[in-house]
Amino acid sequence: MNPLGVAGGVLQAVVIVGGAPLVVGLMRQIRARLEGRAGAGVAQPWRDLRKQLRKQPASPRGTSEIYRSAPVLLVATTLVVAVVAPFVTTASALPAVADLFVVVALLALGTVMIALAGIDTGTAFGGMGASREVTILALVEPTVLVAIFALSVRAGSTNLSAIVGSVLDDPARLVSPASLLAAVALVVVIVAETGRLPVDNPATHLELTMVHEAMVLEYAGPDLALVELGSAMRLSVYLGLLANLFVPWGVATGPGVAALAVGVAAFAVKVTLLAAALALAEVFLAKLRLFRVPELLAGSFLLALLSVTTAYVLV
Amino acid sequence: MLSLWRKIRRTGRVAEPPPSADRPTPLTSELAGSVQIRHVDAGSCNGCEIEIGSAFGPVYDAERYGARLVASPRHADALLVTGAVTRNMAEPLRRTFEAVSAPKVVVAVGDCARDCGAFTGAYGVVGAVHDIVPVDLEVAGCPPRPEAIVEALRTLTGR
Repeated sequence: MNPLGVAGGVLQAVVIVGGAPLVVGLMRQIRARLEGRAGAGVAQPWRDLRKQLRKQPASPRGTSEIYRSAPVLLVATTLVVAVVAPFVTTASALPAVADLFVVVALLALGTVMIALAGIDTGTAFGGMGASREVTILALVEPTVLVAIFALSVRAGSTNLSAIVGSVLDDPARLVSPASLLAAVALVVVIVAETGRLPVDNPATHLELTMVHEAMVLEYAGPDLALVELGSAMRLSVYLGLLANLFVPWGVATGPGVAALAVGVAAFAVKVTLLAAALALAEVFLAKLRLFRVPELLAGSFLLALLSVTTAYVLV
Repeated sequence: MLSLWRKIRRTGRVAEPPPSADRPTPLTSELAGSVQIRHVDAGSCNGCEIEIGSAFGPVYDAERYGARLVASPRHADALLVTGAVTRNMAEPLRRTFEAVSAPKVVVAVGDCARDCGAFTGAYGVVGAVHDIVPVDLEVAGCPPRPEAIVEALRTLTGR
């Protein structure tokens, strides 16, 4: 645990907690402008969170501790990833936790807790949303693991900081087939995992088409604020992982205030650009039929598998 | 895809400027800047629904003032109730009101919601919205114009 890692970890947590709702606000604003609307402004998700924190929580009849602890666990697991993963600096506060398998498992744990909470409410939509979310999760997790594993082959380590560091040392490998295939696979699964179009529509009001929203229909007040903050943080974390695994430049490798400042700025710019591109692409996409989603995800898994194969064969 | 992009470029911004520049004082300071709304059709003829739909459409764009329609009363701060309350909808309306966590606001939209309108005394009608749940704000009209609905929503959000 070195001072750079601790300083970077605190900075990353602050940047992601503070910036994640703004990223969601930016994506809604871009969509609103392209639809010809004026939009509520980039800071609207923060206003929503502030308001929800002032409201009374609701504890529906028959729900257990799982329901009450799920929002906290969702935010907590995402926060751990936000602290340890190489976003602002490659020096991790807890190097053992900045491992590919630990990070993916932590993110999956948050999803599973929310799915369990959806079942716990005992409503039809909660169970339906949970079943859909777990279907998607089961197809997404192997792809994330295999795609990042393809990048770890050359680095010789599954530590995310090591992977990012090795790309910085040898940028030429970014244009290798393994890297490009893994990038495409990761983009598809990140879209699926964060509940964006064409897999899930984050703006839907129709219960029958919901995936993520259907599980959290019963949450109110501060619990809902945590769930929404957690979802926003997951989006930023996934976009940040994608950005730093494939375009790691700007990330702080040595100590110094200037290096950390450049790291924060580079991270913010990369995530903002990726979010803007995602919002722009969503305008042209319609939601996929639920039974077509496994085909899309199976395709991305195939790309990830090819990526690992080429990483070993074309060395 | 290219034709859609061209259409977006050609259409530009269709949202009309806000009807009045001054910010209204919000009804409750807790909800300032952000109001999530659950719409309840208590027995409406769907006229008010069409107007609510266009209030949230691109032209009137109620979302720019911080109002947003949500899918669950638990997420909501305000109930937008339309229509005279029919027998079958009286209990669901009561339950929906109970499911909203405090502080909460009820807006009765349209003449039917205010005083049963054309359906006064009809056999299936229990009464107006204020007979079932406490009403904080009323929007007159049959159906009310989208501007009137947007104006009511702005007094909730204070933006």
